[in-house]
Amino acid sequence: MLKFLKIFVPASTGVASILALAYVAADQFVIDVPAPVREMVAVQPAMAQEAPAAEAAPVVVASAGAGAASLAGGYGLGRPALAEEVAAWDTDIRPDGLGLPEGSGDVLTGEELFVEKCSMCHGEFGEAVGRWPVLANGFGTLTHKDPVKTIGSYWPYLSTVYDYVQRAMPFGEAASLSNDETYAIVAYLMYVNDLVDDEFVLSKENFTEVRLVNEDNFFMDDRMETEFPLFTQEACMTNCKDTVEITMHASMLDVTPDSGVVRAQPAAEGAVEAAPAAEEAAPAEEAAATEETGGVDMALIEDGEGVFKKCRACHQVGEGAVNRSGPQLNGLIGRTIGSAEGFGYSNVFNDANAAGEVWTVETLSAFLENPKGAMSGTKMSFAGLRSADDRAALLAYLQHASN
Amino acid sequence: MSTLYKGAKPSRRSFLSGALAAGGAMAGASMARAQAAPEQAITEVQPWRTFLGDGVDARPYGVPSEHEKHVVRRGVEWLTADNVSSINFTPLHELDGIITPNGICFERHHGGTAHIDPAEHRLMINGLVDKELVFTMQDLMRFPRENHVYFLECAANSGMEWAGAQLNGVQFTHGMIHNVMYTGVPLRLLLEEAGVKPNGKWLLAEGADASGMTRSIPMEKALDDCLVAWKMNGEALRPEQGYPLRLVVPGWEGNMWIKWLRRIEVGDEPWHHREETSKYTDLLANGQARRFTWEMDAKSVITNPSPQAPITHGKGWTVLSGFAWSGRGTIPRVDVTLDGGKNWHQARISGPSFTKSVHRFYFEFEWDGKPLLLQSRAHDSTGYVQPTKNQLREIRGENSIYHNNAIHTWYVNEQGIAENVEIS
Repeated sequence: MLKFLKIFVPASTGVASILALAYVAADQFVIDVPAPVREMVAVQPAMAQEAPAAEAAPVVVASAGAGAASLAGGYGLGRPALAEEVAAWDTDIRPDGLGLPEGSGDVLTGEELFVEKCSMCHGEFGEAVGRWPVLANGFGTLTHKDPVKTIGSYWPYLSTVYDYVQRAMPFGEAASLSNDETYAIVAYLMYVNDLVDDEFVLSKENFTEVRLVNEDNFFMDDRMETEFPLFTQEACMTNCKDTVEITMHASMLDVTPDSGVVRAQPAAEGAVEAAPAAEEAAPAEEAAATEETGGVDMALIEDGEGVFKKCRACHQVGEGAVNRSGPQLNGLIGRTIGSAEGFGYSNVFNDANAAGEVWTVETLSAFLENPKGAMSGTKMSFAGLRSADDRAALLAYLQHASN
Repeated sequence: MSTLYKGAKPSRRSFLSGALAAGGAMAGASMARAQAAPEQAITEVQPWRTFLGDGVDARPYGVPSEHEKHVVRRGVEWLTADNVSSINFTPLHELDGIITPNGICFERHHGGTAHIDPAEHRLMINGLVDKELVFTMQDLMRFPRENHVYFLECAANSGMEWAGAQLNGVQFTHGMIHNVMYTGVPLRLLLEEAGVKPNGKWLLAEGADASGMTRSIPMEKALDDCLVAWKMNGEALRPEQGYPLRLVVPGWEGNMWIKWLRRIEVGDEPWHHREETSKYTDLLANGQARRFTWEMDAKSVITNPSPQAPITHGKGWTVLSGFAWSGRGTIPRVDVTLDGGKNWHQARISGPSFTKSVHRFYFEFEWDGKPLLLQSRAHDSTGYVQPTKNQLREIRGENSIYHNNAIHTWYVNEQGIAENVEIS
């Protein structure tokens, strides 16, 4: 049993709260707290206190106004982490190779995996689709007006690639790659960045021998040396410049979402009229869900919405749905296969489209169960839904959400 | 368009005397608004005056008035490839005071919002510690707690404005920020519980979401003022803000405030993970990049008037309002200009002044109906003065994306309509 407890009042939090009070008091005068006062209030709570605890009495560890106190020996909360638990979560990798698992992978295996699991967003050679990240090339562009920051041109360490791929990729299917698969994908990313030839095999053993070209171009934040002295000079208050010209208008670009921004009209009728316009422009989505539950299994649809989480990284459905890396899915059942306007389908879909084939509950369910089996050559990198219940729920949701 | 406000606003003193002179005219101003016929808003009996309203429990969790439906977060669709890994923006022009309501705190996810059952949530501390530990939510709530109001600003806030005025609304130019009160246990206490080994100099904080977000944090910061928080503004964290547990890293870029926090590893070196190499590093014009630019520099912006909040009342007294913050302390002073920086006036700060928290400022003036070029300039408690965009660009070029804390300009025309502009 402890008879005495050492209690430290943390200096920083104590100071912060008292300073805050001082500023509140000073606030109404719109002045800063004078430096001597600031120092004075800062000194007192910074002193460590020792308070003997009465025997048999409950231990009281914090005094009013102070921060949460440390307790010598700790509070005895939590439990020891088991080795298996630490191993399950501690998968992070560092530039010095700490954390790299056993394993290896070659460029060609990586290419197959990448084309299957990554290319729908990043392109087959890491060139990217749409606004997804470009992963390859861009060398020599960092000083350009529009730099292309890729693994090859910008990233300082290869360990970051391994860590990120095993941690967060494929997007929507994170933590699904084996160690060997991850090594292979990283090897392929080295290949598309001209770091290795197509016979290269990346492994735990040779990993830290790799250096990326841009490593030395990163440096520690130096704002306190390079900017702080410039930005602490006295600010001009009167007659600071003779003329002022507008050099750029945001309205010229017209990239702002429509969200109640009041735009200047050439023949504007005056400010008073502008206000109601702003209110009207605000989203008038009072179209509260008029739930049509007659004959519809809402529980099944709800389950399906949960299943759809696996799809929504690439697909949209419902009002305003557009093509992303997968086609929009409105009215899918009964829709001609491969018919979402503007979407670039794989050949197998184009062929089905040409033959006039239509998605039915049966064909769609078969496709969802085994995408690559049902539509050989599909770009959709999705392992499939084994559970018939999941497929039924998903189809119910897709039908419901389309309406 | 080159219409410029050339009106004289020379000194604070003459401004004040102008204000006094205007006082005499005020009676006249209200006379000018004299009502010809009685207003129905007064003479008619309104339905809410006659009929009974909802009883208690009509909404067990209250929601804003139906007349406030436009006060919502908004996104900019072209910014990102997908809305699962994307951002939206706090409607700053609709807010006042210093606290951001929980439902409109901007969202930034890298793998969508994780929906986590708190009973199944664990926080692990591992690595260079004497005891590797696992905490349940219940365990964490048995530690002593602290309450602090802090701003959280995304490092990319105003990032679209580096090369010029782009987005026409303060929600979009500055809305990647919120300011709430957190309740949680100091990270220091958890680290003491595990016992950091002498060579433990860095932490890796990790989230439980589909992005498995990670950031390296130096030990000094962890022991200084970081919190492991489960409440915001008195209630549980919102799912989109990391329910049930998030890291609070006061004054530092928002990406480090790991949401859905599940693990803290102690190490002797930083990890250089994706969010501190490929992203959240500041590329300069010479092709070199700053790393570990953690602190958010002092910054301010005028929220009203602004493009989404024009002056609608015509000439006369108006309230200019905005807010200011610094990752290095408090904001003792904010200056505002009405003429594009020729002359500045000290604004009035109102509300609590907490370190690393937002400060609300006001500047009341009588608008003469002529165009305005509005700017605000924050001074923080270290003596740092918010720079102009050109000052920043001189050092950083236009490609750094992150940490744009430049002075921002709104042009207000004769009709009171505001626009995002850059000026000389």
